[in-house]
Amino acid sequence: MPEIAIKENTIKQICFHCGEICQSNSYVKDDHHFCCNGCKTVFELLSENGLENYYLFDKSPGVTVISGPRRSHYKYLDEEKIRQGLLSFSSPNHSAVRLMLPTIHCSSCIWLLENLHTLNKGILNVSVNFSEKIAKIDFDPKSIALSELAETLQMIGYPPSLEWNKNKKPSKSNHEKQTALKIGIAGFCFGNIMLLSFPEYLGFTGVNNQQLKLLFSYLSMLLALPIVFYCSQHYFRSALKSLRAGFLNIDVPISLGIATLFLRSVYEVVFTVGNGYFDSLAGLLFFLLIGKWLQERTYSGLSFERDYKSYFPISVYKIDESEVQSAIPLEQIEIGDRLFIRNQELIPADARLLSDTASIDYGFVTGEAIPVNLMKGDQLYAGGRLLGKGIQIIIERRVAQSYLTELWNNKAFRKNGNHLSGKLINKVSRYFTLVIISLALLAAAYWLMVDSSKMWAVVTSILIVACPCALALSVPFTLSNAMFVLGKINCFVKNTDVIEDLYDVDTIVFDKTGTITEDSANGVKFVGSNLTKKELQGVLTLANNSSHPISRLIVSHLQVTINPLSDRLSGYCEQQGSGIEAIFENNTFRLGSINWVKDKLAIKDEGSNRTFLSINGEYRGYFDFGVKYRKGLKQLIDSLSTKYQLFILSGDNDKERNALSKLNIPIECMRFHQSPHDKLAFVEELQKNGKNIMMIGDGLNDAGALKQSDVGVAVTNDCNAFTPASDVIMLGNKLMDILWILKLARFARFIIIGCFILSFLYNIIGLSFAVTGNLSPVLAAILMPVSSISVLLMATASIKIFAYIKHRTS
Amino acid sequence: MSIIILLLIISLTIAGGFLAAYIWSVRSGQYDDVNSPSIRIFMDGSIKDHEKKQD
Repeated sequence: MPEIAIKENTIKQICFHCGEICQSNSYVKDDHHFCCNGCKTVFELLSENGLENYYLFDKSPGVTVISGPRRSHYKYLDEEKIRQGLLSFSSPNHSAVRLMLPTIHCSSCIWLLENLHTLNKGILNVSVNFSEKIAKIDFDPKSIALSELAETLQMIGYPPSLEWNKNKKPSKSNHEKQTALKIGIAGFCFGNIMLLSFPEYLGFTGVNNQQLKLLFSYLSMLLALPIVFYCSQHYFRSALKSLRAGFLNIDVPISLGIATLFLRSVYEVVFTVGNGYFDSLAGLLFFLLIGKWLQERTYSGLSFERDYKSYFPISVYKIDESEVQSAIPLEQIEIGDRLFIRNQELIPADARLLSDTASIDYGFVTGEAIPVNLMKGDQLYAGGRLLGKGIQIIIERRVAQSYLTELWNNKAFRKNGNHLSGKLINKVSRYFTLVIISLALLAAAYWLMVDSSKMWAVVTSILIVACPCALALSVPFTLSNAMFVLGKINCFVKNTDVIEDLYDVDTIVFDKTGTITEDSANGVKFVGSNLTKKELQGVLTLANNSSHPISRLIVSHLQVTINPLSDRLSGYCEQQGSGIEAIFENNTFRLGSINWVKDKLAIKDEGSNRTFLSINGEYRGYFDFGVKYRKGLKQLIDSLSTKYQLFILSGDNDKERNALSKLNIPIECMRFHQSPHDKLAFVEELQKNGKNIMMIGDGLNDAGALKQSDVGVAVTNDCNAFTPASDVIMLGNKLMDILWILKLARFARFIIIGCFILSFLYNIIGLSFAVTGNLSPVLAAILMPVSSISVLLMATASIKIFAYIKHRTS
Repeated sequence: MSIIILLLIISLTIAGGFLAAYIWSVRSGQYDDVNSPSIRIFMDGSIKDHEKKQD
């Protein structure tokens, strides 16, 4: 067979559009190879419209176009109610909409989307926010309907994700803008006050210097007003709030410091005693605000707060008595409604199947990659994704009461994430504040007896110098640097508090499916009579025609060694929920369920995850989809088990018990047949025993446990894919870095404590001047920035070095 | 000495001008997306430019 030999030896072409390996040479246009018809169509469409430049910015910039929903799928977008819900602006000639396009990934994407108006004149303007993957689109509703717009985007490989409550949120909250403004104003005042204070530092003597001195002082006071009354508002508010709650947080000594600094300085200036400490005040606020900004920075493109609503489509098709379909919003679904679900759509609520068969992918809910085949009358659970032909279902429970969504009614989802008392800085500040206040009182008592005229000066000096500026900076700078370092290894942390929580973790709970196992072709094996190369080629070519996940797994397993020969296949047919059949070089290949193969020999091999093969009616064997554990899992478990207590929870049956028992985990720490509610309850039970839990999971079935745990880690293969609400989102292949992440959290804690000690040293130096009544404004102005900057440097440099060492060794 | 007062007024006015510009830029949303423009700058010769040249 020389022909086949040649084909096998040719280097596989890379798709010009999306960069996937081309399985066949049938899609060629203008000397460019494409992996599928979809990619070729996009290329044709773009080149016809003069958009070839799309391919210039990046190599193979496109996204594989999955033959997804057609126009009719987006029809519901034209329903007035849904349309109004989505549009951010609407007038007869001009509408604007913000759409989340999860496939945006490179500069070419921006270019193509922002030039969309050449594809369709109805699109007026598009601007893309790259990090948030959001496109703001202005269009003319008269010439292009919203559904048409969505379809256009889908056609070129950017299907909009249309979920509840997601698309309308403005990109940046007012709060962030406020912080930016505060930093700007504080910086302005700080710089100018410093300038005005220079003569004082340098011992300025000139003619008329008394008058000038006065002018400079009053100007400084004027510049300090916005600092006290605008920039430091939130410190006062937070301090008041914590006092009311009977708790001393770090903002109490800060506010006390700011207030005393300002009042004493005003007093000095008004009574011409001195020049005040306005420079220190402004510098303090400037650094504090930068720290605050760093701490509040988050990954805006990722969503950590998803509830069930964000998983479901915004509307569904209801069938009324007269068999007419109409789109209704999700919240209007009632028990007893008949709904029509299309290919690739989610089942919105628990229901019963009215159509004959259906193939449902519960991967979303359970993490299980293999779809379930169901018959008429079977129960369907919310969250399952339909594969194949559209089905009719009858609703049995409302959306919010469904088996899965009920999880969100659990109190775990209502708990307030802002736990005040737990954080290290607040624990320290409680004692710190008490020490400072008692010190001030002691000094006051002493000076009252010795020299009462000096008392107020000393007390205020103590409060000023003790203002825990460096203390307050150490946490944000250390943690935000740690967060940044983690982001570099594709582990995204919700906010800086999570890194502190990581330190306290003493128990790690793993989910099994999808977390410590991976869906990959490596687990696929064929059991049965030996197949010739030709026969394997037939199976591969047959499976290559189907988009069913099982077929895809078989394809990725086989294509490592051989190539499909699409041109030799004929008579392909696919029976939803049963299997596929085709003729390959005069042999009939059948691949599918046991009933599809219909063979007595096959019956004895029956097992849950198996797909059977027959050639010319003769049973040949089955494909088994074994569980594949992630590489390095054993070493990870071994190294973790010395420090942490480990548990494994699985929604599956216990057939993997033996494989798992080889790991260094006691048998009683493994639980099987765990429902989502069981997992939540298990975590809760552990917490009652005083454990701090890190839950690592992936599917929606872990959502409750992730939320309940102290640190919930969602493992995903694509950061933009759906992940349940969690504190950390990390890529699956980074799971082995868990140990390092925990080490980093410990190191960060160590550094914070180091910074605390450093700032206490500065405080002790300052206080020794203050209690003796020798604190001059110059000394304060030097001491404060020096302490802040040294803490800042220590925090930043040490975390960076820690990350660098890891980078070097790995 | 009046020259110092004059200089003071000038310097504060200029600095105040920059502050006002900064406040305006934050308010008008120029800092909302600091990532995309850095990519966009490399795209010369886009279709938008062609159309503008033709106008």
